[in-house]
Amino acid sequence: MKKNLKFIQGNEACVEGALYAGLDFFAGYPITPSTEIAEMLSIRLPQMGGKFLQMEDEIASMCAIIGASLTGHKVMTATSGPGFSLKQEALGYAIMTEIPCVIVNVQRGGPSTGNPTHVSQGDVNQSRWGTHGDHAIIVLTASNHPDVFAITVEAFNMAETYRTPVILLFDEVIGHMRERLVIPQKGEIPLVQRLKTEVKRDVDYHPYLPREDGRLPMSDFGGIHRYNVTGLFHDMWGFPTDNPQVVHGLLRHLVDKINNNVHQIARWKEYFLEDAATILISYGSSARSSLHLVKERRARGEQLGLIELQTLWPFPYGMIRQKCENARTIVVVEMNMGQITHEVKLAVHDPGKVFLANRIDGELITPDDIKKIIRLIQGKGV
Amino acid sequence: MPIKDYIRERFFPHLWCSGCGHGIVLNALLRAIEALGINKSNIVMVSGIGCSSRISGYVDFHTMHTLHGRALSFATGIKMSRPELTLIVPMGDGDALAIGGNHFIHTARRNIDMTAIIMNNRTYGMTGGQYSPLSGFGTLATTAPYSNIDHDFDVVELAKAAGASFVARSTTYHVQQLTDILKAAIEHKGFSAVEVLSQCPEYFGRKNKMGTPADMLEHYKENTTTIGSKKKQENPNLLERGIFVQKQIPEYCSEYDKIIEKAKKAVEGKTE
Repeated sequence: MKKNLKFIQGNEACVEGALYAGLDFFAGYPITPSTEIAEMLSIRLPQMGGKFLQMEDEIASMCAIIGASLTGHKVMTATSGPGFSLKQEALGYAIMTEIPCVIVNVQRGGPSTGNPTHVSQGDVNQSRWGTHGDHAIIVLTASNHPDVFAITVEAFNMAETYRTPVILLFDEVIGHMRERLVIPQKGEIPLVQRLKTEVKRDVDYHPYLPREDGRLPMSDFGGIHRYNVTGLFHDMWGFPTDNPQVVHGLLRHLVDKINNNVHQIARWKEYFLEDAATILISYGSSARSSLHLVKERRARGEQLGLIELQTLWPFPYGMIRQKCENARTIVVVEMNMGQITHEVKLAVHDPGKVFLANRIDGELITPDDIKKIIRLIQGKGV
Repeated sequence: MPIKDYIRERFFPHLWCSGCGHGIVLNALLRAIEALGINKSNIVMVSGIGCSSRISGYVDFHTMHTLHGRALSFATGIKMSRPELTLIVPMGDGDALAIGGNHFIHTARRNIDMTAIIMNNRTYGMTGGQYSPLSGFGTLATTAPYSNIDHDFDVVELAKAAGASFVARSTTYHVQQLTDILKAAIEHKGFSAVEVLSQCPEYFGRKNKMGTPADMLEHYKENTTTIGSKKKQENPNLLERGIFVQKQIPEYCSEYDKIIEKAKKAVEGKTE
């Protein structure tokens, strides 16, 4: 069969992945550097009978995809920093009401309007804690276009599996860089479809009664069961309650269904870890520079390894602890002021051996930048 | 279908204060739906946050209680996915026009087929009587202890300017007219905005010495009139009631179906 080969931007790879996963409803608002996602979907979705909406703001687009998802569609929105801030309110609603959706944040420099056309990875913690209240969340990322495609499909699969919002945290370099992508054949990557209830029409139906494994078989809203959905704490019928037992149980369910499945959700790649004295930990576009350096230094016999994180949240503490056990030095390479570095320090036995190699000036961190920082850490001078 | 089959009886008595107008709006709405004979499984009610928004808990439709001000945006996602369903979106005045003001004008502009009901009690009741965008200059509220210096606006004029294809106003005193208006609004294909003056005796009424709930209803009777009436000519200060706009313009979901047709043809053209 002829290969479906493309030379495209990361934002386009994300679109291809989303359509492969079954996306059929998108709502968004123009914002750099994510706009290409909306533009492409405005062409592609109606061609397949899907719906594309440009709403009046980021808030409305987030609300619209939640409404559409509840009726049974696979949905997505895409944005960047300021728009991501606006989406946090409705993101919490989707968490509370267990409505699957995918939110793409192509990161730019912040805070505020920041550095719209330049790269940053400053929204790592916002993606974890941006919406108010205790909650769990899934945040995924990737560093090259085949991985952007695959992780986007994964995002939809995880959103359906856990009935939760999943955030795709890309960055400006990944979003705008052009690279080769071979689009997988249909069926090559398995797709998760929504778990539907088997309860028949006119039978008392409990939309918010999870199965023993924590999964929630829901009836499409507007279909054969009439039920209530609310952002308030609710009972198994979906009606508001402040009963302490029910409140406690629901919050535990929302957090446990994700945090108890870290081993299922964690995605990472590893390079040359066997004998690595120094391990780099990175993700997104900074992982490209890290990998470049690791390969270059390995050729010269240096014991350098790399863990590339694809799941940022829930953070894979156990995996990091285990993989980094024998390393003398751990260098976290990221384009922020140490957001993942903080988590790595929490994960390892000796936080004193964890260092940050970063750039926060809107420029991509280069292999040479990382090399120089490692030399400084090793006391060798630049 | 009898009215009581449209409600979730186990949640009554409702949480609204005695004398509140919102129960009258619920009554009028259910009678309108009953008269139209719509199957309750074909109705979706999406509400926001506030006293008014609790209405969705009491009706046996598909109900979604969402975020403050955002009900119309959630409703847009649902309607675009399931255009065959009847969408009803009850909101309060603060809900629809302060925090949700942007969504209100843009949903009106798109002319997507749904009925927005603005239950205007001129206050934030759920939080204890703060001034709303419709309280009006010179009124008192728990956050305007010395007098409100915010001017209000006319919901009907706003909806008209925003392009709503059905715009109407009534009050909880004129419940027959309200029922008829709601019937016409639900039947209308396009965005319908219905303002209902609904008394809040507990906060707005008490703060502004409006008397008993019955006095407040009486106030609606004395201070409103039908559109273009002789009374209005004699006393221009009277607020008009009735249907201000009722026009057929392209509806959003139907227009989007045409976009899908165009897009599919474009693909066929390429592959041929």
